[in-house]
Amino acid sequence: MAQVKVKSVLMTGNQVVVKAALTVGAEMFSGYPITPTTEILSEWAKEAEKDKKLIFLQTEDEPAAGFVMVGGVSMGKKAWTATAGVGNVLMQDPLSMAEAMRMPTVTYVGQRGGPSTGTVVYSQQELNLTRMGGNGEGMRIVYAPSNLQELYDLTIKAFNSAWKYRFPAFILSDGYLAKSYGEVNLWPLKKSDIVPTESAFLNPKKQPNNIRNCFSQEPELYNHLLEDFADFASISEKVAEAEVIGDKNSHILVCAWGVVANSAKTAVDELERQGISVKLFRPITMRPFPVKELQKAAEGVTDILITESANGQFGRIVRETLYGLLEAEIHRLYKPAMGVMPEEIQSKIREVMR
Amino acid sequence: MKSPRFPDTIKESSKPSNFCPGCGHSIILKNIGQLMADMKIEKKTVFAIDIGCSLLAWDFFDVDTFQTHHGRTTATALGMKRANPDAIILAYMGDGGGYAIGLQNLIHACYRNENITVILANNTMFSMTGGQMAPTTLPGEVTNTTPDGVFTADKPFYGPEMLAREAHEGAYIARAAVSNPGQAYSYMKNAIQNQIDGKGFSFVEILSYCPINWKTDAEGSAKFLEKMKKTFPLGEIKK
Ligand SMILES: Cc1ncc(C[n+]2csc(CCOP(=O)(O)OP(=O)(O)O)c2C)c(N)n1
Ligand code: SF4
Repeated sequence: MAQVKVKSVLMTGNQVVVKAALTVGAEMFSGYPITPTTEILSEWAKEAEKDKKLIFLQTEDEPAAGFVMVGGVSMGKKAWTATAGVGNVLMQDPLSMAEAMRMPTVTYVGQRGGPSTGTVVYSQQELNLTRMGGNGEGMRIVYAPSNLQELYDLTIKAFNSAWKYRFPAFILSDGYLAKSYGEVNLWPLKKSDIVPTESAFLNPKKQPNNIRNCFSQEPELYNHLLEDFADFASISEKVAEAEVIGDKNSHILVCAWGVVANSAKTAVDELERQGISVKLFRPITMRPFPVKELQKAAEGVTDILITESANGQFGRIVRETLYGLLEAEIHRLYKPAMGVMPEEIQSKIREVMR
Repeated sequence: MKSPRFPDTIKESSKPSNFCPGCGHSIILKNIGQLMADMKIEKKTVFAIDIGCSLLAWDFFDVDTFQTHHGRTTATALGMKRANPDAIILAYMGDGGGYAIGLQNLIHACYRNENITVILANNTMFSMTGGQMAPTTLPGEVTNTTPDGVFTADKPFYGPEMLAREAHEGAYIARAAVSNPGQAYSYMKNAIQNQIDGKGFSFVEILSYCPINWKTDAEGSAKFLEKMKKTFPLGEIKK
């Protein structure tokens, strides 16, 4: 983005997300307040008050917000929603319909500590729920920002990926990031870089469209699913992203994602200053998961430290991805619904080295 | 209700329909098809249906149709309308979909005066799942989950009357029955016209037959519907 003029602004995570949505052409928002994503509603309401073309609806509950969104998408609007925790649980009802019908939706999730209503700042416990949803196979695209700038960049990507590939997309954030305040480059987007929308209905050039999500014959649904799996597999390599930092030749690999990866980066940098070489693998997309990138990063490694603000939801993905490929020892720093500080990661690594 | 001929809005493949013989849904649907043709709105309309026996109509019409989740038709439909106010959005559901699982969405659509039309078939039961009790089940009525009529409430759920209390000026709310075809046709027409005129929420409950779960023959169905009419008064409740 070296060429374009960027506007650096101080703002909160939630404000960043709304700005990004507007940059990428979002037109409609429906939601139900829940900490830590409530400001998405209030910020969008302010924007919609200024710009009468923007649609805003505060609904009676999360399922309504989600179904209103899907209804809007079906009529060709770039519609999105935001939720968290127990709201994310309820939101899976409309999102499963979006998944079944290949409706491109965008959902911003501010993870909360769970189960149930839990807490509102640190958590990575909505990983399974967001990646896999409810009674489906997780035909979804999930981006995991680790700082304010990435909230902007990855929200834009989520919208474009959703409409390009027609799978529900997510920005999987958390309370800490949502409420963080800092400087962000609000780089502009060329119109040609915005994936356009299309209405499923009332298209004068097309035959009437009858769409459903209930089937009477097993093979009908099965064949649908096979098509979706094939499509998802074909986009996976294009969409999957990861970042590997630190010493490539190190025998110690730290795996972390989201804001915990940010802590891990600080830890890796600090250790490097002290002459200890470590590398960090950090997935940017949680689904599709950057399988090859992790397998490559893990080559020749003797110890792997997995750390997360959950009790192994991420760890299970890492271990499954590396299953049978190496004999490295696995170490865990799991702190469900707690933040993970750089110092803790550093001391855990020192422990591993002993 | 009006003409015995099938309107062009109904697909060739929908005849004969997937509904059981004597089902009220096919009567209502045929008349919705007739209305869309008579009002010349078939190219502007999206028909949104619930899960329940209404789902069998997912490809009934040569009209854009969106089959949603059980109870979620109202929310999906109003999302469509907000996204495209020029479209005519017709939502169709059963009493379980509208008054049980989807009541929250229905009340709030009415309370916010969303400019959509909701048609609800009341057959006093959850029919698709084999005839369980619904909020509309009559006191003492035998269903799959009210054996010998036990467990029923001592009064059924009056949907249109309840909605009318929260409805805005300009909303249209009525109750009709498949056995009074002229009235049902004109109430549905008024409801759709209300939406076209931009006056806000419109709702018609239609008392409907379910001979399969009522376990009735033609005469028994007619009798049961007469009993329903005594409990649920027909008429325009708000206009
Ligand atoms: C969330 C959810 N819960 C339960 C069901 C099972 N289910 C399918 S249809 C139905 C009831 C349908 O009754 P009604 O809405 O009155 O329509 P009818 O079949 O009587 O026309 C139920 C409970 C479902 N599909 N989805
Ligand atoms: S079960 Fe009842 S409501 Fe359903 S199609 Fe048959 S008669 Fe109609």
